[in-house]
Amino acid sequence: MIQKKECVAMLLAGGEGRRLGILTKKLAKPAIPFGGKYRIIDFTLSNCTNSGFDTVGVLTQYQPLVLNAHIGIGIPWDLDRKNGGISLLSPFAEKGGGHWYKGTANAIYQNMCFVEQYSPDYLLVISGDHIYKMDYAALLSHHKERNAEATIAVIQVPWEEACRFGILSVGAEGKIIQFEEKPPKPKSNQVSMGVYMFNWPILREYLKKDERDKKSHNDFGKDVIPMMLREGRRLFAYPFQGYWKDVGTVESLWQSSMDLLAEEPELDLFDRDWRIYTVSPNHPPQYLAPTARVQRSLINEGCVIYGEVENSVLFHGVHVGPGSVIKDSVVLANVRIGKDVQVEKAIIGEETVVGDNCRIGYINGTNGQSADITLVEEHAVIPGNMIIRSISR
Amino acid sequence: MKHVMGVIDLSEKDGCPDLKELTRQRCIASIPFGGRYRVIDFVLSNMVNSGIINVGIFTLNKYRSLLDHLGSGKVWDLHRKRDGLFILPPMQHCAAEEPQGDMQYLYDHMDYLKNSSQKTVVITGGNMICNLDYREAVSFHREMKADITVLYKDMGPGQADLSHCKKITLDDDARVVAMEDAAGQLKSRKVFLDMLIVGKPLLLELISSCYGQEGSRVCNLVNHGILANLSSLKIYGFPHRGYLGAIDSLSCYYRHSMDLLKPEISRELFFKPGFIYTKSNDEPPAKYGTGALVQNSLVANGCQIEGEVRNSILFRGVRVEKGATITDSIVMQKCLIEKGASLDTVILDKEACITPGRQLKGEKENPLVVGKRAKL
Repeated sequence: MIQKKECVAMLLAGGEGRRLGILTKKLAKPAIPFGGKYRIIDFTLSNCTNSGFDTVGVLTQYQPLVLNAHIGIGIPWDLDRKNGGISLLSPFAEKGGGHWYKGTANAIYQNMCFVEQYSPDYLLVISGDHIYKMDYAALLSHHKERNAEATIAVIQVPWEEACRFGILSVGAEGKIIQFEEKPPKPKSNQVSMGVYMFNWPILREYLKKDERDKKSHNDFGKDVIPMMLREGRRLFAYPFQGYWKDVGTVESLWQSSMDLLAEEPELDLFDRDWRIYTVSPNHPPQYLAPTARVQRSLINEGCVIYGEVENSVLFHGVHVGPGSVIKDSVVLANVRIGKDVQVEKAIIGEETVVGDNCRIGYINGTNGQSADITLVEEHAVIPGNMIIRSISR
Repeated sequence: MKHVMGVIDLSEKDGCPDLKELTRQRCIASIPFGGRYRVIDFVLSNMVNSGIINVGIFTLNKYRSLLDHLGSGKVWDLHRKRDGLFILPPMQHCAAEEPQGDMQYLYDHMDYLKNSSQKTVVITGGNMICNLDYREAVSFHREMKADITVLYKDMGPGQADLSHCKKITLDDDARVVAMEDAAGQLKSRKVFLDMLIVGKPLLLELISSCYGQEGSRVCNLVNHGILANLSSLKIYGFPHRGYLGAIDSLSCYYRHSMDLLKPEISRELFFKPGFIYTKSNDEPPAKYGTGALVQNSLVANGCQIEGEVRNSILFRGVRVEKGATITDSIVMQKCLIEKGASLDTVILDKEACITPGRQLKGEKENPLVVGKRAKL
């Protein structure tokens, strides 16, 4: 018999990340590598572990291979558990045919049986697309203290960005009055982080109702939350302060990687009380040769560096040959860079081999200003003496 | 290799070599090595990479940190339903008793040997740094129909400084004709790796012949199993051609650590023929600040470096503040080197803290050792 759990987490990890171009050709957005050793989903999974949530359903859909291999049975996050633990939930076929998850709410609806096994009082719905550190246990206490039926984590964003998000109007004591998904003229800059805490018995009924509505998009932001508000349910906002990033574009992925290099970055990867867990590649320590010069960079294990690395993030097992210079760039795992190569403001995909004397990215052009980011595909073999740079959009 | 089991015997039969502060609270096998490993990771990974899935570790002294490191054996894929990792502490005899030979521990754990289904046993010590595949040695053992096969390394003229090791001589058929300890007169460059392969029935017989009778003797496997039987048993030698480091003194520890700064050696030791596995600490990538200068060094994850580091090994989570310099040194996990401090030929044990402006200097043959959690 399965033990009852007070709260079950459902992690939506089916995001396609279309604006990330070739980076998401073979993997879902939550599987995008970030910060020299992590994948984006590691942040939410580690949040679960660090908050003491031990039952997590991960809903995958688009390109699940890399994600499934990464998550495995959840060992790095201590989620290989006797009761609960991690479960990968992909869309499946039934006698009547199979269905893709139509929207975020439908994804939970299709997995109601999974949730019901644990008879939870609360359901946490989160997305694997965002980078942030949040104590979900504090969110749950906030939810309980207010006797809420649903609580939405909110964060303040610059006004000009607000129209990309779900906007909340908050009244007295943090009660949500209005919720608008991506309005052209936002009335507030308090936006939904896509982190929801629900009373499960109530949500269950709304999911069924939403499913019966043929006009619904079956989406939390567009349909379920507005419906709950219309029917006068107790919805509260949970104000969050701190780093929160949706790395939806190549530019924002690059920029948030660069942000990590600040002397005191907003997102602290070195916090021992809130570790970010991931699969360990088990490489030896990095080796910096007598000719190496590394500054303002994050370098992961297994790297071997003979050249210069400045203001860059290197994933595990990257080789940088003598005379090569890497600047303002992100180099993914196991890339081999030959001799006298110059790389500037580029993202180089996994396992790519760059031949000697190549020039990649915008080199000494506009003093690094507003130059586009050059993306190099994974598993590419670039012969020597090539010049590769992005075409201005 | 499913017929082969491994035994790592940490009983340190020649007495416990003194590695000063490094062995104050731990056995040699548990000494941190190479930026993120412990000494035992090498022999243990070798066994796993050779396809051995049943490994018994005989611990004797100071094994608390070793237990923490090994855990369930998951990291080495030895967390298994059948077989896997067995950590076997000594049967408690009287504490004040005379030192026992390693045969005593084999005898104590005879049930483990008997209960294991494997027919062949690889027995090794725990202080050898090398990367080797036992499969070749085991097939040699079978082809030669050997009773015992000992592994050795032929040291080149320049590298004969394994003064604490036993030496062997072989005849033209690779049969062992003599074996002597370091004090002996044997002129041979063939050094015994403290690793041998033996059929289980013979091993059990050798153990019982030492302990089956009345009265206890101090017996050890090399003296009473090999030396006493050089003529009656077929004992062969099998060469290891790769790198070898035996950690049995502080200067050896320092020298073999520094060898890792030679890329050709570290490439072999860490990757060929197999990977070396160790417990992961979930540290973020190492972070280099503006003004950091790190050259010819091994740096593990979780380090934050703002100062200068040359010819050194930094373990996980070390912080080097601005203006601090580290040269020819080994700095273990979570040490803090504050502003303007300088280290030259120093070994810092875990979590040591060097306060601003402090200067420490040791010598190549006698590096300065700073104990765990010391604050200087």
